[in-house]
Amino acid sequence: MMAERVIPHERAGFADLACRLRGARRTLLASLTICLGLMSILALTIGPVSIPFERVLAAVIGWNKADQTEIIVLSIRLPRVVLALAAGAVLGLCGAALQGLFRNPLADPGLIGVATGGAFMVALSIVVMSAVAPSLLAELGPYALPVFASLGSFAAIAAVYALGRRNGALSSADMLLAGIAINAMAASGIGYLTFLSTDEQLRTLTFWMLGSLSQSAWEQILPAAALATACSLALMFNAHALNACLLGEREARYLGVDVDRLKQRIIILSGLGVGAAVAVTGVIGFIGLVAPHIVRLMAGADHRIVLPGSALVGALILLIADSIARIAVPPAELPIGILTSAIGAPFFLWLLKTRRSAIQ
Amino acid sequence: MIVSRRDFIAAAALLLLPSWRARASARRVIALGGDITEIVYALGAGDRLVGRDQTSTFPEAARALPDVGYYRNLSAEGILSLKPDFIIAAAAAGPGNVLRQIEAAGVGIVQVPQDYAPKALIEKVRIVGEALGLQAEANALCARLKQKFDAVLARVAAFTDKPKAMVLMNGANGLQAAGLNTAAHAMLSLAGAQNVFDTYSGYKPVSFEAVAAAAPDAIVMMEHALLALGGEEKLASHPALRLTPALRNKRIIAREGQYLLGFGPRMPEAVEDLALALRRGAG
Repeated sequence: MMAERVIPHERAGFADLACRLRGARRTLLASLTICLGLMSILALTIGPVSIPFERVLAAVIGWNKADQTEIIVLSIRLPRVVLALAAGAVLGLCGAALQGLFRNPLADPGLIGVATGGAFMVALSIVVMSAVAPSLLAELGPYALPVFASLGSFAAIAAVYALGRRNGALSSADMLLAGIAINAMAASGIGYLTFLSTDEQLRTLTFWMLGSLSQSAWEQILPAAALATACSLALMFNAHALNACLLGEREARYLGVDVDRLKQRIIILSGLGVGAAVAVTGVIGFIGLVAPHIVRLMAGADHRIVLPGSALVGALILLIADSIARIAVPPAELPIGILTSAIGAPFFLWLLKTRRSAIQ
Repeated sequence: MIVSRRDFIAAAALLLLPSWRARASARRVIALGGDITEIVYALGAGDRLVGRDQTSTFPEAARALPDVGYYRNLSAEGILSLKPDFIIAAAAAGPGNVLRQIEAAGVGIVQVPQDYAPKALIEKVRIVGEALGLQAEANALCARLKQKFDAVLARVAAFTDKPKAMVLMNGANGLQAAGLNTAAHAMLSLAGAQNVFDTYSGYKPVSFEAVAAAAPDAIVMMEHALLALGGEEKLASHPALRLTPALRNKRIIAREGQYLLGFGPRMPEAVEDLALALRRGAG
């Protein structure tokens, strides 16, 4: 009798808790989305050239590149905002997916060589291709670096994938270690190319390695942003499978998750997505690592919230960093790589301190 | 209000006048490249500049202008915020996308080719002068420069010796020396000296042993590199440099970077200065 009375009561309690949690998560995602929307509008409005808000609005609505203010809004600011959103989202999301897949809190696209692989190919094209095959570079024109970066990222991912196979199955630990080794190889390759480079090449290389959204031109960022967004959307569908993986690979298999297919999917999508982003922004570190952790500290480890949350937080960090880069030292500009860490790291540490003590 | 009226006048000027006249009357110019800024000032048009890049540090007045950053890593909106009528840029300025954005916003860019030779400097002056509508001033400056070069190069040619020298670029993290195809190498050649590191191209780190083995008679460096190494007194105890004849004979030549390697209008003086300093006290 007693038991019958208690159990429904407890069940109701759990259901209530689950309901409240779901509500809290929805609120978090909604407020992140609103923040991102407001920040995008702010990013379109502020800049070294002061343009009143109503003119920005008129330019975006009219989509008419007639005078200089409209060109600044539509051809200089808007592509940067779009690129920051797409690249930030895909970096955050890939970080979340790779951390979940490898069950390692340090995994991020930078760690397993995806970004460095892209950077290596860019260095190769700047230093070697310009001497060996200048006609090819001339033919590719502004697409040269993006094309090479994507090839490099994808080659790095493919190598991680091939080296991580053990007895026909994919081993997360092997893939992670292979990724770290490939990262190191690509980094030493970049180091050697730096040594070979002329003064001019070296400077191009350095600025590219620091990352920047300043080069955004529609014809380059549209394909990259589209590819990054497609990969982001595809990655979102893996939340349930990644949740099962949190229990362990074997447990995930018992729960009916095809773990090998999952690994395959996530590796390929991350390679493509990060490659596309890195190709136009250069190497932007830290977002892939920290965005998922920020979401986890705020809302727990459920991938149904970590995946979309990381995309939103990643986009938000990159957008804020790029806005500061544009307005901090006008008329010059700060390298964005400095800012993503400078903004993300203190926030992350604050969250780590306050949340950890709150949980205890 | 003031700004918009100025815009209106500039726009009217652009519409009403033929393009070369418009440029000649253009009051707002940005110079990208230390040599280009120097040429603009040498042509007496320094008051038209509204912006410069990070490498434009001479003359002193240029430092007061807004700095748009390093000329290979420009930002479109930053430059447009200075409301330039047009831009004179070194050929290496970029990136290309940013230049295209600036041009799309209706601001013309005059690109000036760069090369390490007296002839190239004359050509630069001519192009900058034309862009500013100051052809007569440019011709006069070119003639002056040509005359100076002729005198300096004749003087250098009269030297019978060919001192062995190295150009030390940066001393903070090991030693870095200039090889072939560098501004530094070109200056040594013009000054009638032999670069001891002529087996590689560009600026590369060199080992202490290689420096000692190369035994340069003189070490040429930019002032900030000497500062980074801790000044001339510190050099005397440097493990590699103290072994060179250059240190034994105290032949350390430190000059301001833009003067020594900028290839601007001060180039003839810099060549003569270097040629004499390389042979100072020598027999």
